[in-house]
Amino acid sequence: MCLPMPVRQLEWSLEGGVCIVFSPTRAEVVYNVGLCICLYDITKLEDSYIFPGDGASHTKVSLGFFDDIIIPPESLQQPAKFDEAEQVWVWEYETEEGAHDLYMDTGEEIRFRVVDESFIDTSPTGPCSTEASTSGATEEVQKKEAPYTLVGSISEPGLGLLSWWTNS
Amino acid sequence: MHNFLFFRKDANAALLSNLEVFQLLTELKQQRKDSGKHKQSSGQQNLNTIMYETLKYISKTPCRFQSPEVVRDFLIATKGHKLTKAEKLQLLNHRPMTAVEIQLMVEESEERLTEEQIESLLQTVSSILPGNPEEELQRPSAMGAEEEEV
Repeated sequence: MCLPMPVRQLEWSLEGGVCIVFSPTRAEVVYNVGLCICLYDITKLEDSYIFPGDGASHTKVSLGFFDDIIIPPESLQQPAKFDEAEQVWVWEYETEEGAHDLYMDTGEEIRFRVVDESFIDTSPTGPCSTEASTSGATEEVQKKEAPYTLVGSISEPGLGLLSWWTNS
Repeated sequence: MHNFLFFRKDANAALLSNLEVFQLLTELKQQRKDSGKHKQSSGQQNLNTIMYETLKYISKTPCRFQSPEVVRDFLIATKGHKLTKAEKLQLLNHRPMTAVEIQLMVEESEERLTEEQIESLLQTVSSILPGNPEEELQRPSAMGAEEEEV
């Protein structure tokens, strides 16, 4: 993890150097600094948990303190297929006896590599961004987009479910 | 809405180990505790949540068995291995036990490290960075005297 130095000068107050970002007006600072209390190196390995994606889409991963992490299908161990019944991705691991299906079950601990990060401007646009003073106007449902997302990959040896790689 | 902590300092970050972050957060947590529980805004509560969750995450990593002395010894021992600061940080934070993990953490390891060098790195990691004492008891002691690679 990275933190700007010197650490001792940081003020943990809302008015000081460290603030909690509620509104996206701080977005530019978040953009420069990154996530929460730390910057992630692009190639950082993390242990994390898998949460189900929806359909043949990205696998969601959580670190507990941050969970806007996705692994796109092409970055899974290949070849991979999506099991509709179980609603999880499966690594069709090749052995001499043919393909052995390794399921990426929800809640399993994985090791992944951070390969990209993306910042999205989530500032609300339009009249509903300010106080709802316009009575009767239907409020637009704000699409819940994460201002900061990490993209991961598990397509290298040693990545993916920890259970795939432990000698037991 | 997502809440973040951020630092309005130069984004030119220095590398800190999980141990240092853990110590920092623990200290800050204590400071906030000591300053008394005033009516906490939801912002403060969110800050608490993030700190709590991050501490929870970090305390499950190998840094929980580390001390500044261990970190220093490790940096000395890995001096001759020609690793970048970021790579040493990965080794420190993750305490790899297999060659596959070393290869993930060291860029272009096939070109930079021989098999013997990988083995030597693994030895250094497991002998200087403490593992889970309970697990260590179960493993047959294959290390003998502490080796330090220069």
